[in-house]
Amino acid sequence: MTGKSDFQSVRQLLAAGDINCQDLTQQYIEKINEGDKKFNAFISILGEMAREQAVAVDRKMAEGRAGRLTGMIVAVKDIISMKGTRTTCGSKILKNYISPYDATVIERLKAEDAILIGKTNMDEFGMGSSSENSAFQPVKNPYDLERIPGGSSGGSAVAVSAGMAMSALGTDTGGSVRQPAALTGVVGLRPTYGRISRYGLIAFASSLDQIGILSQTVTDCAEILQVIAGRDDRDSTSSDQPIPEYNTFLSRDVKGLQIGMPSEFFGEGLDKEIKQEIDKIADLLQNGGANVREVSLPHADYGIATYYLICTAEASSNLARYDGVHYGFRKDHLTELESMYTITRSQGFGDEVKRRIMLGTYVLSAGYYEAYYRKAQKVRTIIRQDYERVFKTCDIIIGPTTPTTAFRLGEKSHDPLRMYLSDIYTVSAPLAGVPSISVPIGKDSKGLPIGFQITAKPFGEGQCLRVAHWIEKNINHQ
Amino acid sequence: MRIQKEDVEKIAKLAKLQFSEDEIEKFRGHLEEILTYVNKLNELNTDGVEPTYYVQHAGDVMREDRVKPSLPREEALKNAPAQDKGFFRVPKVIDQT
Repeated sequence: MTGKSDFQSVRQLLAAGDINCQDLTQQYIEKINEGDKKFNAFISILGEMAREQAVAVDRKMAEGRAGRLTGMIVAVKDIISMKGTRTTCGSKILKNYISPYDATVIERLKAEDAILIGKTNMDEFGMGSSSENSAFQPVKNPYDLERIPGGSSGGSAVAVSAGMAMSALGTDTGGSVRQPAALTGVVGLRPTYGRISRYGLIAFASSLDQIGILSQTVTDCAEILQVIAGRDDRDSTSSDQPIPEYNTFLSRDVKGLQIGMPSEFFGEGLDKEIKQEIDKIADLLQNGGANVREVSLPHADYGIATYYLICTAEASSNLARYDGVHYGFRKDHLTELESMYTITRSQGFGDEVKRRIMLGTYVLSAGYYEAYYRKAQKVRTIIRQDYERVFKTCDIIIGPTTPTTAFRLGEKSHDPLRMYLSDIYTVSAPLAGVPSISVPIGKDSKGLPIGFQITAKPFGEGQCLRVAHWIEKNINHQ
Repeated sequence: MRIQKEDVEKIAKLAKLQFSEDEIEKFRGHLEEILTYVNKLNELNTDGVEPTYYVQHAGDVMREDRVKPSLPREEALKNAPAQDKGFFRVPKVIDQT
């Protein structure tokens, strides 16, 4: 993983006039053209568009009116709409779909002069934990090309991990930013539901979907969050909670911080080496003046079941729109409407998407709604209350991001339930509506990255960033 | 939790999907396994618990009812697989029995 630069160092080079945005952009385009043959992290490389943008940003710099993200090279998960570019969601059904408008996050990044370099590969519609469910090609982990990079934002994670972008946007419904961040050794933040507008984000599970940030450093993550957070009239679920200056959190230490370690996250199924590394960081925090103690989230074990009932129900409804009428793929030469819908959908969607639509349709169907869907929403309340109880006495909750490091390609792709269980530590934050970050803390004996997860109260992104940054500064990376 | 072939066919029809015989058996097995797993929620007593629909629910969000610019028709139709005189075109749906 050589030749990685973070935004802060590039910013200094730009300010000193040692480089301009056009050269920088060109370097990254070349890096992607060359490097991505191995990884399949990108679905579209936006070379022309990025070069034009760089020319405009250089002009603005010369006039002294460039934005705060000048020089930030950003990759965007291919589920976020960007005007005039293909947005495939990793699906055959949207293979040729061109977004007619910009998502709010894209507008905001452009307004601050970030360079948008390409659209990244992913599990189809965000459904998966390995990026093998892409209709195009599976994404490979830069630390071992035989292994998965995690998912569903696997392309975004690899773009950052392999130095093909400084940061990337992903989306996190049940862990799709944090899990691939952990498995590829980068920072991944899932903000509070409502912190970032979802306008222009193509929906998978609307009560859980949230745009997140993958980056090489915590500082860069904070920079992007500052720009894209905030209320948007076009998303009525976006929050008008005040936005703090996130970088003010980065200079704070951890003295006096009350930290909870849920015993449920350290039981059977957690890899021994990961446990060891997490314990080391807990000691580091304790020695840094924090008060680390064991807490309980007694219903954590019900997270996966609750999550998969709610997300599949919402997905079956959201994905009803792909009918071959308004946009996307339509099977040719069909003369009858009903079979046009059915054949278009059956040929356009991949297996995991079909499986989730089927499960969601089942749990919403007459006679099962109360027993499954309503039941899951009630358990969601109980899980949320567990978090509320712990946060009465704790500032943050820590633990592993994933139960294992990156697994092999094909290892779980034929066993959906086993694949679902790889989200065991990430699904409860979205259910409870709290923000959570994964920060790299080292590697296992196979040389594969390990992620450390920090979860805070609703709208406590500042605390996540503060502790993640403190850890980043205070550990010695191998 | 038993799922029958007929259940899969019924759900497929509702979801507007179709499967080969082999696929039906595969999906039947997966659905059965996943539904058996999620049945663990029945271990919990949820009597009197309010369901959570949205985590940050602040009540209804109102806005002024004002006309604002929206996508021009040509733009909105650009991605349509078939269009005709400013409309989406679909196979004929009337005069069929």
